[in-house]
Amino acid sequence: MSRGTRTVRPPRQALGGESPGGVGESVERPDGILKVTGEFAYSSDLWHEDMLWGHTLRSPHAHARILAVDVAAALAVPGVHCVLTHADLPAATHYGLEIQDQPVLAKDVVRYEGEPVALVAADHPEIARRAAALIRVDYRELPAVHDEATATAPDAPVLHPDRTDRHAAHVAHPNIVHRQPVVTGDVDAAARAADVVVTGEYEVGMQDQAFLGPESGLAVPAEDGGVDLHVATQWLHVDHRQLAPVLGLPPERVRLTLAGVGGAFGAREDLSMQAHACLLALRTGRPVKIVYNRHESFFGHVHRHPAKLSYEHGATRDGRLLYVRARIVLDGGAYASSSPAVVGNAASLGLGPYEVPNARVEAVALYTNNPPCGAMRGFGAVQACFAYEAQMDKLAAALGLDPVELRRRNAMSQGSTMPTGQLVDSPAPVAELLRLVKARPLPPERQWETVDAATGAPGVDVRALPGGLSNAGHGEGVVRGVGYAVGIKNVGFSEGFDDYSTARVRLEAIAGEPVATVHTAMAEVGQGGVTVHAQIARTELGVTRVTILPADTSVGSAGSTSASRQTYLTGGAVRNTCLAVRAELLRRGRERHGWPEVGPRLEGGKVVAADGSVLAPLVDVLGDEAIELELEFRHRPTQPFDPVTGQGFGHVQYSFCAHRAVVEVDTELGLVKVVELAAAQDVGKAINPRAVEGQIHGGSAQGLGLAVLEEIVVGGDGRIRNPSFTDYLIPTILDMPSMPLDILELADEHAPYGLRGIGEAPTLSATPAIVAAVRQATGRALHRVPVRPEHLVDLGQDGVA
Amino acid sequence: MRVRLTVNGRPRTADDVWPGESLLYVLRERLGLPGSKNACEQGECGSCTVRLDGDLVCACLVAAGQADGAAVDTVEGLRRGDELSPLQEAFHEAGAVQCGFCTPGLLMAAGELLERRPDPSDADIREALSGNLCRCTGYEKILDAVRLAAARTATAITTEPAGEPS
Repeated sequence: MSRGTRTVRPPRQALGGESPGGVGESVERPDGILKVTGEFAYSSDLWHEDMLWGHTLRSPHAHARILAVDVAAALAVPGVHCVLTHADLPAATHYGLEIQDQPVLAKDVVRYEGEPVALVAADHPEIARRAAALIRVDYRELPAVHDEATATAPDAPVLHPDRTDRHAAHVAHPNIVHRQPVVTGDVDAAARAADVVVTGEYEVGMQDQAFLGPESGLAVPAEDGGVDLHVATQWLHVDHRQLAPVLGLPPERVRLTLAGVGGAFGAREDLSMQAHACLLALRTGRPVKIVYNRHESFFGHVHRHPAKLSYEHGATRDGRLLYVRARIVLDGGAYASSSPAVVGNAASLGLGPYEVPNARVEAVALYTNNPPCGAMRGFGAVQACFAYEAQMDKLAAALGLDPVELRRRNAMSQGSTMPTGQLVDSPAPVAELLRLVKARPLPPERQWETVDAATGAPGVDVRALPGGLSNAGHGEGVVRGVGYAVGIKNVGFSEGFDDYSTARVRLEAIAGEPVATVHTAMAEVGQGGVTVHAQIARTELGVTRVTILPADTSVGSAGSTSASRQTYLTGGAVRNTCLAVRAELLRRGRERHGWPEVGPRLEGGKVVAADGSVLAPLVDVLGDEAIELELEFRHRPTQPFDPVTGQGFGHVQYSFCAHRAVVEVDTELGLVKVVELAAAQDVGKAINPRAVEGQIHGGSAQGLGLAVLEEIVVGGDGRIRNPSFTDYLIPTILDMPSMPLDILELADEHAPYGLRGIGEAPTLSATPAIVAAVRQATGRALHRVPVRPEHLVDLGQDGVA
Repeated sequence: MRVRLTVNGRPRTADDVWPGESLLYVLRERLGLPGSKNACEQGECGSCTVRLDGDLVCACLVAAGQADGAAVDTVEGLRRGDELSPLQEAFHEAGAVQCGFCTPGLLMAAGELLERRPDPSDADIREALSGNLCRCTGYEKILDAVRLAAARTATAITTEPAGEPS
């Protein structure tokens, strides 16, 4: 366990048998040794005899009509085997997660900069790149829409005419993907009764997931006319569902296997190179590998929706929230991706973890000619959290209350009702999480001051200052601030989605030892699901040896590695299947050996009676007859939100995290150093405590990035200005502070082991806590993230401070 | 062109190398050593960090021809037989590995740090690893791992018989 982590948990609960390496232990990753030796095969590492390299030609324009495409010059390049355009597509021409609006290759129009137009396969990646550059595409540029005003103007170009999706009928303009209101109580009456009202306009920039392992995969044509695709993705089966129609193949001839995944964070939910590599492989009859470089990656996946948010909070004099009005406008870019679900989250979670008796919320996502936006860690809840937490601070200031005290007075708890009417029916320790982060001692001030050990002379360690190694200052004009925030995130797929996972578990005797084999299609993207599956099998089956098979589409769907859902859903599926395997084993024992109905458990490779006596070694019961079962696991059903009122039992589970940020700001240069970022989170049950810490740390880091560093800058022309790690800045180890944690384990009785999905909640509250701290340090209003130096210093008319 | 290298102590030759190919491309695609990673290919992320005649470099920024005749050490050379190096072991045990894409580069950079400074402060670790991006961990467990490896190495040195240089 890390320095500085405190865990609060209820008395130990019985969890079947006691097995080393089981549930609740900080077990090491089964793929960890391969990853530290460099042997782990990521999707970009794959190689095949005879393989070709694919490359994608992309649109340079945000909105243009394609007048003509001439591929002759590219085809003539020695080493080029194939060039494909829209005209070559064999079957379905569009795909999409929720709405099939995205062309595999653009036909007569491109709707965003970077949209795929043509594909090349060649012997060497550089030949493919150069050949693609020789493809001549004649474009006629069209007017681009880039925000709500331009997208919903009466004469705005309609990006997707003839929409037939299920949201089309209820939106006011065809360039609105989806609109979700949430209405509860009587806001107008509450507004008349409010003693204090605060309003605010907020803005969240476009964040990139910036996983390190680029989009990549290898498609291998098969003898049956099908294709085997090895790919880094978040959900094999949703890729499969979209691919088979595009390839014009029956589903059983499209087989996907998960290659090593170098991070995901939402960016691998949509297809990127999957269809392209398969099409090239099927056309050439040769294996085809596609690997994006970083520049292409910025165009090759969806980003976090940038958002504009308007809020009005009204409260009584003693700090009770009476009402909230909110409007959240999300820029979905050129294609729908998961925008409808992001809208649902923003609307339903848009008031934060507070009791609000009266509310009127509206969230919309737009179609524009900006880069497509979709899933990223926090998924609609991140944008809202920045705004509602800024509002809570503003309200506290207006009331003369401590910001944590105001939050405490309004904090929801188990038994509270969401603005959607949903009862919060499991622990919601919002006030306690805030109390924990506030109770921590503050880090010492002026840590940059040093004293020379030999001479006693004072010095400065610039590494501890804003600006760090750039040696920007020596502590002049540096002020400290402290800020707090708390957030609420849903776990699992919501709004009536049939969200399930599948696990196949085999228990057998191998060389005199009981061995469990777990096979799921869960995408291990770094989160540690494979570790958790092995732990669950050990606990439930009393074995030591567990084999985790590679994820592929020969087993049922595991759903997506997103929405903080995999330990709950696929962990739950592994557990349930293990329980069924155990039941079958015990049934054998009852039939063959007359074991009692109640009492026997599996432990240490044996079947043990209630009194502790050994009934039989597992291997004896198994003999030559392995037990293998494949079962689906579902969480309790949810309901869609009412399209007018937003009422409904929409979410499976809620996840809460609170942060306290301590920052130091160089007020002359506008530089921010986050000195400490403490977090407290309820995780229900820490299946693997070390992995839980890693998730909270990693989520907090991405929240820090959004607060002070990360933004894809898109011009009014729809073009990305900074598609590189030189210009898009993610936190380095020098930007990250110490992150002490408080971890609560308050069981949710509806979830396997009482666990709560954990991956996303930390990303929500880190951002507003840091910005609150910067506000406190500088006295500036700061309505937009990321906060930049120019927001922290007064620029003259020439733009110079 | 032909490029001759000594990779992890063994002489290696790559043929038909195109002059524009990077050392990273030659390692990964021509010599079967994909442990060094390709995350940004412009020297910003450190995922391709290797030692070139002992110096830390981003292999993506070194033209393969420039490295002709040099000694290159990569993540594949860190293990001694079946035994992990103290840093590899510490990264695995401390939870410093999630997706693991940054891990090879971090191991090379942290190894170079511990050679120079066997007992680094946290600020030293942060400075030495500031050229290596990690998107998963927030770096806390990476700090834990380097501290752990440093502590174990120090213990190993002090328990060795006197006079044995380490």
